[in-house]
Amino acid sequence: MSRAVEESNRRMLRARDAMDRAYARPLDVAALARMVHVSQAHFIRTFRATFGETPHRYLQRRRVERSMFMLRETERSVTEICFAVGFTSLGTFSRTFREIVGRSPSEYRRSAGAPVAAPSCFGMAWTRPSSFGEAGGTAG
Amino acid sequence: MFNAITLSQIFVTDQDEALDFYVGKLGFEVKVDQDLGFMRWLTVCVPGEPGREILLEKPGPPAMDEGTASQVRELLAKGATGGWIGLTTDDCRKTYEELLAKGVEFTQEPTERPYGIDCGLRDPFGNAIRINQPVQVD
Repeated sequence: MSRAVEESNRRMLRARDAMDRAYARPLDVAALARMVHVSQAHFIRTFRATFGETPHRYLQRRRVERSMFMLRETERSVTEICFAVGFTSLGTFSRTFREIVGRSPSEYRRSAGAPVAAPSCFGMAWTRPSSFGEAGGTAG
Repeated sequence: MFNAITLSQIFVTDQDEALDFYVGKLGFEVKVDQDLGFMRWLTVCVPGEPGREILLEKPGPPAMDEGTASQVRELLAKGATGGWIGLTTDDCRKTYEELLAKGVEFTQEPTERPYGIDCGLRDPFGNAIRINQPVQVD
């Protein structure tokens, strides 16, 4: 049993790494599932059981984390940042950002503190906002 | 009080495969590879830097029971054991290209940061590795 879980976990991590590498590209569940040799439905179900949230939600948090980084550390406009992290509409970006962070992108920019002085991948993992309980719902 | 950090540890699920990766692909050197009977003591280091070793440890009995070892392996496989290694290089982009050609799986492409150019990769077991080309201070 354990070996099967290990194998499954490693596949899901491989898919998650692929999303980390290419977070600004459209989410292609079919391609990710093919990459790790499982069906799409199995991929979504297993990813959620492994990491506590769906691939779609993981990618949203990754993109919002990258947008927070750009809001903090660059002068780029909110619209530019929206497209740079992979959202295709400003409305969806603003709604998703507020849902996850609790503030609008502009409010966040005004209140953001100093740049994170840690390796970027480390910062990416730790400054990624939580899903306010949604991510914890592995059982539900 | 202390002089140096000399030995760090990460878990690997297969020490031969770990050698293929850390020595064969990343270019580390074996510092010690010794069968202690109860376990295989396997450490690697960066060539020319023997003062700092990384122990590639296989989780299992008798150090931990099989149930615990299996939990460790499951966490490791999903990248959640917490261990990671930071390496420095003279040329991050070149290193990235060379390792990519060897089939190494990256989590992040080389990225410009205030402290240097860095990228991230994953070992075959789930451990994270960072490679940084520090900013030159003249």
